Amino acid sequence: MKVLVPVKRVVDYNVKVRVKSDQSGVDIANVKMSMNPFDEIAVEEATRLKEAGTVTEIVAVSCGVSQCQETLRTAMAIGADRGALVETDVELQPLAVAKLLKALVDKEQPQLVIMGKQAIDDDANQTGQMLAALLDWPQATFASKVEVEGDQVKVTREVDGGLETISLKLPAVITTDLRLNEPRYVTLPNIMKAKKKQLDVVKPDELGVDVTPRLKTLKVAEPAPRAAGIMVPDVATLVDKLKNEAKVI
Amino acid sequence: MILVIAEHDNATLNAATLNTVAAAGQLGSDIHVLVAGENASAVADQASKVAGVAKVLLADSPALADGLAENVAAQVLAVANGYTHILFPATAAGKNVAPRVAAKLDVAQISDITAVESADTFVRPIYAGNAMATVQSADAVKVITVRTTAFDAAAAEGGSAAVENIDAVADSGLSSFVGREVAKSDRPDLAAASVVVSGGRGLGSAENFKLLDQLADKLGAAVGASRAAVDAGYAPNDWQVGQTGKIVAPQLYIAVGISGAIQHLAGMKDSKVIVAINKDAEAPIFGVADYGLEADLFTAVPELIDAL
Repeated sequence: MKVLVPVKRVVDYNVKVRVKSDQSGVDIANVKMSMNPFDEIAVEEATRLKEAGTVTEIVAVSCGVSQCQETLRTAMAIGADRGALVETDVELQPLAVAKLLKALVDKEQPQLVIMGKQAIDDDANQTGQMLAALLDWPQATFASKVEVEGDQVKVTREVDGGLETISLKLPAVITTDLRLNEPRYVTLPNIMKAKKKQLDVVKPDELGVDVTPRLKTLKVAEPAPRAAGIMVPDVATLVDKLKNEAKVI
Repeated sequence: MILVIAEHDNATLNAATLNTVAAAGQLGSDIHVLVAGENASAVADQASKVAGVAKVLLADSPALADGLAENVAAQVLAVANGYTHILFPATAAGKNVAPRVAAKLDVAQISDITAVESADTFVRPIYAGNAMATVQSADAVKVITVRTTAFDAAAAEGGSAAVENIDAVADSGLSSFVGREVAKSDRPDLAAASVVVSGGRGLGSAENFKLLDQLADKLGAAVGASRAAVDAGYAPNDWQVGQTGKIVAPQLYIAVGISGAIQHLAGMKDSKVIVAINKDAEAPIFGVADYGLEADLFTAVPELIDAL
């Protein structure tokens, strides 16, 4: 079974971004970029399925600027067999990415797409579901356990209040949640090996996809700051403040 | 016309729906609520009483019993014609279904809105809430998920909308429900609780997390956790408060042994009053706390329990 794993290049999760003074966006010049953490979990899951003999080939794909090739190399260092980049400088929104991924799925014919539930930059949480809809495939979002059983996949999902298990007919789209696995550290030999793996680059035009943004960002602002708080010396003062000043208990 | 997709368990209308109706109220007055479920007429009745709701559409079918995304999205699409806005609460269920609807309509989705500027312009957080983007949609239909903590709930009583039974879609045959493990708890729902007590890695073990249970019992609070505590296995994932977990905004949020990583702050910094208890004076959580207590939690929390 072939698996497609989309990966996104995002500002590293440790970086606190700053809003540009002209409110046109956030300043991401010269900040550390990494693979979206949920996508790393997706690559790891695909790799484990391959190690278990369920999956035969893992294709990592990314959409965006030329530097996304680095993200694809990381995916290949974890375990992807080859990579494909849909290269464009246009700002890509989830619907456009879902359409690009659909075109790649049509070409590659995987049985499974595993991807992050959400990117930590735009926090949209849309692309996997959109891709599933465009393909008319079933979906299992927020996965914490994936078990392939013949032509079905059983997925345990993180939902409000607990867990839910559903069964999907393959082919299907799965989006990852945090507890699905803990991605491995990439080793130097695997990084070296990844450099030799195949990486194809295509343009959105070649896939026949219009990636024009649908949403226009009018401004990006700092969130309203909280008023400065105080330090209290002991529990008694804290209780007094909560009762008599904040009046919340 | 505006369509709100109700969140429910076939018996009770989830409170998140009320916040979503409130957001819809800022877009226009002709608000319809879709209840897609099985034997869910009680939910439809509750929805019909919500202030501001003009009509309730009830689709009743075994295929809609468990909220399978394929079937619920198809049900929404079956009635979507004529609506300018389709709103879902930004809950696990809403986030699961909304993008399917948007993709099928070939429109962008606007996720997690925190404010309505106009019928086509909305504010939403990006980068874990470190920036707020104002976005404008040129699409004919706006598919939206609503951050429920950002909108005061519509009144649950006072309305008298008609309930219209509509044809339910057929089962897609693509997915099936296997089972559910929902933690039974007498505590309030984390997303809706007026007091939340949250623990972080400072608790040190799942065993020590029970200390927070006692504090929560005293306060009638829900218990939450930081991602670090969830990752360490001290607390279940559905307790997670943060960018990738639940977004909460209670009257009182007590952060115990939580350092205050960006992604945690994203989930709780809109709480009315924030208390932080941490032994590290440099912990970033103190930067957002109204009341900070630099103390060993294992002494301070029992003292607090006794004092309440």
